[in-house]
Amino acid sequence: METPSSAQFEALSVESAAVVRQESGWRRARRSWSVRIGGCALLLILAIAVAAPWLGTVDPTLFDAGSRDLRPGASGEITTLEGETVSHTFVMGSDSLGRDIYSRVLYGTRVSLVVGISTALLSLAIGIACGLASGYLRWLDGILMRFMDGIMAIPAILIAIALVALWKGSLLTVIVAITIPEIPRVTRLVRSLVLTIREEPYVEAAISLGTPAWKIMFAHILPNCIAPLLVQGTFICALGILIEAILSFLGVGLPTDIPTWGNIMAEGRIHFNEYPHNIFFPGVFLAITVLAVNILGDGLRDTLDPKMAKRV
Amino acid sequence: MSSEPVLEVRDLTIALPPGGDRATAAQGVSFTVGRGEIVCLVGESGSGKSVIAQGVMGLLPKNLPVTAGTILLQAEDITRAGARRLRELRTTRMSMIFQEPMTALNPVMTCGEQIDEVLRFHTEMSLNERKKKILDVVREVSLPDPGRMVASYPHQLSGGQRQRIVIAIALVLDPVLLIADEPTTALDVTTQAQILNLILELQKRHKTGVLFITHDFGVVAEIAHRVAVLRLGKLVELGAKHAVLQQPVHDYTKMLIGSVPTLHPHGRAFDAAAPMVLETRALEKTYVDRSWFGKRREVRAATDVTLQIRRGQTLGIVGESGSGKSTVARCIVRLIDPSAGEIRLGGEDIASMSAARLRPLRKRVQIVFQDPYRSLNPRRTVGEAIIEGPVNYGLPRGEALQRARRLMEFVRMDPGVLDRYPHQFSGGQRQRICIARALAMEPELLIADEAVSALDVSVQAQVLALLEEIRERLNLAMLFITHDLRVASQVCDHVAVMSKGVVVEYGPAKDVFGSPSHEYTRALFAAAPGRGFAFGST
Repeated sequence: METPSSAQFEALSVESAAVVRQESGWRRARRSWSVRIGGCALLLILAIAVAAPWLGTVDPTLFDAGSRDLRPGASGEITTLEGETVSHTFVMGSDSLGRDIYSRVLYGTRVSLVVGISTALLSLAIGIACGLASGYLRWLDGILMRFMDGIMAIPAILIAIALVALWKGSLLTVIVAITIPEIPRVTRLVRSLVLTIREEPYVEAAISLGTPAWKIMFAHILPNCIAPLLVQGTFICALGILIEAILSFLGVGLPTDIPTWGNIMAEGRIHFNEYPHNIFFPGVFLAITVLAVNILGDGLRDTLDPKMAKRV
Repeated sequence: MSSEPVLEVRDLTIALPPGGDRATAAQGVSFTVGRGEIVCLVGESGSGKSVIAQGVMGLLPKNLPVTAGTILLQAEDITRAGARRLRELRTTRMSMIFQEPMTALNPVMTCGEQIDEVLRFHTEMSLNERKKKILDVVREVSLPDPGRMVASYPHQLSGGQRQRIVIAIALVLDPVLLIADEPTTALDVTTQAQILNLILELQKRHKTGVLFITHDFGVVAEIAHRVAVLRLGKLVELGAKHAVLQQPVHDYTKMLIGSVPTLHPHGRAFDAAAPMVLETRALEKTYVDRSWFGKRREVRAATDVTLQIRRGQTLGIVGESGSGKSTVARCIVRLIDPSAGEIRLGGEDIASMSAARLRPLRKRVQIVFQDPYRSLNPRRTVGEAIIEGPVNYGLPRGEALQRARRLMEFVRMDPGVLDRYPHQFSGGQRQRICIARALAMEPELLIADEAVSALDVSVQAQVLALLEEIRERLNLAMLFITHDLRVASQVCDHVAVMSKGVVVEYGPAKDVFGSPSHEYTRALFAAAPGRGFAFGST
């Protein structure tokens, strides 16, 4: 074979100047309507949580015997801790102790978001560590995964109830109790991703370049797991918010004096027939928040997860 | 060949979705396929050859509409036919066979059921007639033991047998047009020769018109009556086989045919006493499958492999899939641990060396893989990929980046693109980057594991020339693993032919190619498509 002519290399350098244009996953994600709608709704809920004190609320723990069981929109009075009695419009009514549902729901947003986001972050962090170890260090795999199987064999709600019963009900306890059953799921996901990615030629190339194992795990394998993990994270967040509400509703979550959506609904349950607003408003907030997180997660999965993206 | 064409494609234009690198997948393409004629549609990746085939079958996805022109199947316009009419035409008048027979067949149906499906939908035959017809057609595609074949599931058959079943399904109703989309690309060379023969034979017997899509000029030389060359959606040359292959008119065709490596070894002199770089002695790799119950199963991937690679020379390992050639390469890089034998690098045996002791020696052997799309981490820039190795061995980042820039120039890429991500490059460019990454370690031995097999023929020629230049300028030893005899004959000084884990023939390329002594080697050469044609001489 003759060596290719200089004209061919000329053509080549032109080729190397022309860059193949391909949109990054993030840019596609920002264009997706699911991501936009879910993200905006979530930002709005986050803004409500942060700005709760300035949105015409009163202290959510205040009660006034004179303003019990008010219908939504009714006016009444409420006594502050200083003993001052102020008039207040109960936009979402009041409960049987005369507390303002509107204020309680808005402050409850804080608890829900904190629980949702921290369970997602915590279970991802621990799950990633376990999954990487299990997928890359094969001798650890058997022990670690059987342990995870053990956790998965117990229903998540039961573990959570048992843990909260064991310790005192506090925000931290609830977060830990919701996180633990989620860890095996993340671990399994990360492990399966690691098992496929570790066979990729670029990982083998890194081995032959003398790259140490920890660097292969964190610089080569982990960055390629991020997209599916992000999606999983949103679903854990939604689940965390739901489970916290369930625990509080069952009376094994946060103490009843802390306003959470689950607590508000639990207290309203007895008078549900006469005063449905006690359950209606926190329920709507819970549904919208979980829906927003799930829509965002769906959008991210469609645009970031390469297996799904190929079908689009 | 009768005067009335079976297929006539006239001024066909197929649009691409907006935002792509060009507006049309096919632009004003016209050709015909006569009765009993084989027309080869040749082109590199992205030439639009598969899209045209899909258009003829009426299989185009919605985002690739036919915007102009007509496709006439026996004077009936396919582009205007409704879904129902198309369904009637498929397999009765036109059929298609695909590249990957495993995915073209349904894994949960037996082969007989899949042939029967066609008969049930398109004919009024009774059960017994259908049974007889199925056995007949299976016999016609020369499958042994038709009764067993019909009752088998696709995974129980070999790749060649599966492709025969696909052909049987396509031809059971005796269509006038057969579209073959790279039907032998996924097969080994000896199987490929058999399938090509089968297509030729059936086509002759049934006077079927065949539209054969391929990228391989060897296959074209074997099978075509006429050849149509496509480039970026446009037909650049159309003519009889001998005219196109031996007196191409268009520059692009000339370049393509000139890029096809010849089967004659280069005959370059080499120094038989050059210092030994790497030597394997009785290298062996056995995979043991231990299940809790049941028997211990052993798979011998490589047995008694003894090879020598000297400085400045290229050793080729040639073999079909499953021959163990990649296993040997991966043992030498110690991506897998050999079961027995020695790998002597310099004076030391690295076959069973511990990871810690091996680490300083790793940089002396580097590897370039087959798939350019998976060899680079998509989340790291090209620059990071190239400097990774040197930085691992303690070179400061700044110096490593300097070296990366020089290497990019060396592999004829713009050094300014180091901060870009792999997805911004074409396959050939990525392979250059992979070569630069391997060279950054300043290795003594470079292993190319099917490194040019996934590339288009013109890009393949460029990368082969680059590898040749590297070997010469850096006086490197090279281990070249390939299934392609043409490629091997171009670059290798010595050749080892492997089959079923054993080296069956080993010697200077001139001898092995000139007068092969082992019968397997001879069979391999006999199967090489287009060996009667002198490519690359233009």
